Amino acid sequence: MTAVADAPAASSSAGRPRRARPSWLGLVVQPAAVAVVFAAFCVWLATADLTTAERTTLNPSALVTYTGEHLALTFASAAIVLVLAVPLGVLLTRRPFGRAAGPVLVLANFGQAAPAVGLIVLLALWLGFSFWTAVIALVLYAALPVLRNTMVGLQSVDARLVEAGRGMGMSAASVLFRVELPLAVPVMLSGIRTALVLLVGSAALATFIGAGGLGLLITTGVNLFLPKVLVSGALLVALLALLIDWLGRVVEHVATPKGLR
Amino acid sequence: MSRTDSPTASSSATEVSGRSILLDQVTKRYPGQSAPAVDGITLEIPAGKIVMLVGPSGCGKTTTLKMINRLIEPTEGRVVLGDDDVTDIDGDELRRRIGYVIQAGGLFPHMTVAANIAIVPKMLGWSKDRITARVDELLELVSLDPATYRDRFPRELSGGQQQRVGVARALAADPPVLLMDEPFGAVDPITRQRLQDELINIQHELQKTIVIVTHDFDEAVKLGDWIVVFSEGAHIVQYDTPERILAEPANEFVENFIGSGAGLKQLTLTRVRDVDLAEAVVAKAGESGREVAARVEAAGHEHAVVVDDRGRPARWPSLRQLSRLDVVPDGTDPQLPVIGSGATLNDALDTMLVSSAGAALVTGRRDAFVGVITVEVVMEAITRARKAAAVALEGAPVGTNTGPLPVVGQPQDAPLAAEGDPAEGAEAETEGDRVADGAGPAGDRP
Repeated sequence: MTAVADAPAASSSAGRPRRARPSWLGLVVQPAAVAVVFAAFCVWLATADLTTAERTTLNPSALVTYTGEHLALTFASAAIVLVLAVPLGVLLTRRPFGRAAGPVLVLANFGQAAPAVGLIVLLALWLGFSFWTAVIALVLYAALPVLRNTMVGLQSVDARLVEAGRGMGMSAASVLFRVELPLAVPVMLSGIRTALVLLVGSAALATFIGAGGLGLLITTGVNLFLPKVLVSGALLVALLALLIDWLGRVVEHVATPKGLR
Repeated sequence: MSRTDSPTASSSATEVSGRSILLDQVTKRYPGQSAPAVDGITLEIPAGKIVMLVGPSGCGKTTTLKMINRLIEPTEGRVVLGDDDVTDIDGDELRRRIGYVIQAGGLFPHMTVAANIAIVPKMLGWSKDRITARVDELLELVSLDPATYRDRFPRELSGGQQQRVGVARALAADPPVLLMDEPFGAVDPITRQRLQDELINIQHELQKTIVIVTHDFDEAVKLGDWIVVFSEGAHIVQYDTPERILAEPANEFVENFIGSGAGLKQLTLTRVRDVDLAEAVVAKAGESGREVAARVEAAGHEHAVVVDDRGRPARWPSLRQLSRLDVVPDGTDPQLPVIGSGATLNDALDTMLVSSAGAALVTGRRDAFVGVITVEVVMEAITRARKAAAVALEGAPVGTNTGPLPVVGQPQDAPLAAEGDPAEGAEAETEGDRVADGAGPAGDRP
């Protein structure tokens, strides 16, 4: 009886660096590209020949304000989505509530399938033109990926692991927090990242109900026919989305349990 | 494998640390199904023994197992562990007192080997030092080097190693009872055999009460002190020792389940050292060939066994060869059919067949020659084993159903909640064999 009784673990050395390199590369290239494009935009902004109207809309302090508003909309909605959708997803995967899963997913699908512009304007007519109305519309829009990925992540945890945990005397809650959720984290986080990117994009629509954000540049550009402002707005929203996506990836990479990486 | 210096080793090889289990008229009905999955089963599992639950898929053996730790709650009936009725206590608290092993180990992939093993001790509030010491001790028990494997993640282990860690995890808090659900189903045959041998060794050391579900009858024969054969609805068809099930299958169902070669399977239950070996004329190198031949003739034998100066068999010349020799030569014949006395009759027969000698030389301690085993010896041993097995055991543990199927092979009037091992005397003889089964390759064990 020696320690080498079994065939040596073939995967032990080969398995470790499997996924590390490409994801590491992606994590570096993406922010670098964003930084380069943003630098180019700044240079263009400083040197371009702009009309007075354009210069007023695109002045740096205004841009910072718009970006701040945009981020506030994004993160406020994201926070609410997390607080609502993650526990709901957990609840719907528990046995007594399993039957409710179908109807709730249908509802969430409605939220996402409805055109975001329509949703935001209709809600504004009902709840008034304000920041929080925009947030509610965005929450409805972004809840689905978080909810669905939470459920999928939890459902894809091997049922035998849950049984093993229960069989050892872990309580249902303990199995949830120490086994199921840690194992579902990668799938859940990718849903959250998808939701964040959706939110950055659709937060641009908040400007229709006067809730600010970078969308203001786009509407101004369209209304006053200022293509440079329009393109600047679109570019900034895109860069912000890419940046947030990158942040999400970093968090995913760090938060994925070591044994799964 | 030193367990003597560990702070938590509470059991020695002689002490039974397991506790008996009693399922008393336990029934499981699932809503929407007319027939119960398990129908009024009464099953007594003696302390410190390995009991195998076998039967076709879907016969309710796994359900029966899971009702012992109440992973599946019985609809009716009582579950008794040792002296305690555990039917109504908190299920989680009960399960912490019962080890549970599933196929492929069921290790948590996001935790290291050490963290996996430490789960139950942590829940029981052990100190950090005690847990660390216990993890290392258990890894050694399952033949994994603690320094190498402690901090690995499950996916960095082979299937067999994962299964070992699974067993270590189940043993972490030193539970008296171990439940295993198809524990060796997911590993290759060679690893499976090794794991089975190790389980036998571990059991020899710890003397737990172990209940194992399997669909592999050979595994049941190899590991089990007792075997429960189930048919549909967890009806107990036969509850008996492996010897008796092989020799006296209760009915056609059991016969079919054993499959072909029941006689051959019986050969694995007896050791070479337990049969009466044939004697042989022993000679040493350097003796006169004629003289030895004369001795062989006088004894009425065909061959003489030439041993070296340490008593190990070297050659096996026939009478004709001897009569042609002036002096018995030195040197060892590498083709000699030799078998250790710890081997099973199955191995001995195999050696004979391969060497086409119709007999094999048996060696005992330090490979010294002890005798010759022949086909006739094997035949006689089988006949005797069958005769012995044909006599029903007194006071065997109880296994019945309240359902319509008749119960076979068991005395109905045996006491239900008999304490300790109800078959101590009747089983002592075979027990020695079984425990030695795995000790073959690991003779260094005390």
